[in-house]
Amino acid sequence: MWLPVAVFLGVCILICLVRLILGPKAPSRIVGLDTINTLVVVSMVVLGAAFEQVIFLDVAIVYALLSFVTTLYIAKYIEKGKF
Amino acid sequence: MKAIKFLVSACVAFLLYLLLTTASGSLFLWSREELIIGAVFAIIVGMVTKDMVVKKSLRMLDPRRALLFVAYFFAVFLPAMAIANVDVVYRVITGRINPGIVKISPNLGNDLSLTLLANSITLTPGTLSVEVDEKTNDLYVHWINVKKQALEKMPRDYKAVCGSFPDWARRIAG
Amino acid sequence: MNSIVYTFIVIGCFFNLVGSIGLHRFPDIYTRLHAATKCTTFGSIFLVAAVMIQSVGTWGTEGMSSPQSVLTLHAFIALVCIVLTNPTSAHAIARAAHRSGVKPARAVVDDLEGDRHD
Repeated sequence: MWLPVAVFLGVCILICLVRLILGPKAPSRIVGLDTINTLVVVSMVVLGAAFEQVIFLDVAIVYALLSFVTTLYIAKYIEKGKF
Repeated sequence: MKAIKFLVSACVAFLLYLLLTTASGSLFLWSREELIIGAVFAIIVGMVTKDMVVKKSLRMLDPRRALLFVAYFFAVFLPAMAIANVDVVYRVITGRINPGIVKISPNLGNDLSLTLLANSITLTPGTLSVEVDEKTNDLYVHWINVKKQALEKMPRDYKAVCGSFPDWARRIAG
Repeated sequence: MNSIVYTFIVIGCFFNLVGSIGLHRFPDIYTRLHAATKCTTFGSIFLVAAVMIQSVGTWGTEGMSSPQSVLTLHAFIALVCIVLTNPTSAHAIARAAHRSGVKPARAVVDDLEGDRHD
């Protein structure tokens, strides 16, 4: 019952990916990227429940924290115009 | 004070490690190796982060504040978040928006309560915190549906923007 | 038990879909952040809660040190990470966008524009 949910979340990620590719400027693209990060974390939790593998959830925790740092870093870049 | 700071941050780190390695062995849910490695890393992390975890006072160790936070989260925050999401769904479907950035003065004293308030504002009805003025602790909030009567006087009435959240933030972390 | 899990899954999927569509329906970055942050956080809470409820159901038969209980605990930690980091990164993006000069579209009021010091 969990695999269809993961596929559905994949469709949501594809919808956000369109915004990431179109997005008029860098700020709009990073909004899409942030949404994709959240959806990836959730789909990892769902896949962990589907395959009953705890390692998926550990990867999800690390991914959530690392993507947060990435988002902050790109936001800093947009603010200053340089790294 | 230095020793207490170190002890608190090392304990927090050790508890987090125990939480992440539950059910690894037979010694009351943990294995001996995990406990030893966890203690070593907790001491290192406690030494490095003792000035970041504990800033000035130990007021957040009071269990009443934790209880208050749980009560706030389930009784005030989650219902407001549910309403916010239904509101966003309505605006996504109809596309009816009336946005603007307003300035509110919640008069909060310290960083932690301001962080709590800003995160609550971001996740609840139609508001998103954009910028903070660090001198006066004023928040600039992007509001998706600006009400006319809230714009009349210049320090905007925060009741119209975020309800009773500032009072709760002051009670929990003030 | 199963019907609760299914209800939570449907609610979570719906809000995640609305959040993704909201990225295309709204005109500028700030309103897009509204849709993206709120809806995906709310949907994630429900989906992870569904995972947790389903794995809590097996505690009685398998005991505390089974893989299922570890699954519950780690799902909860992942949920805490999402709820803490999502509004913070939304705030960072909004602040960076405003400082780099992106104006809110169709705004009726902008207090921040006049108050900028730097």
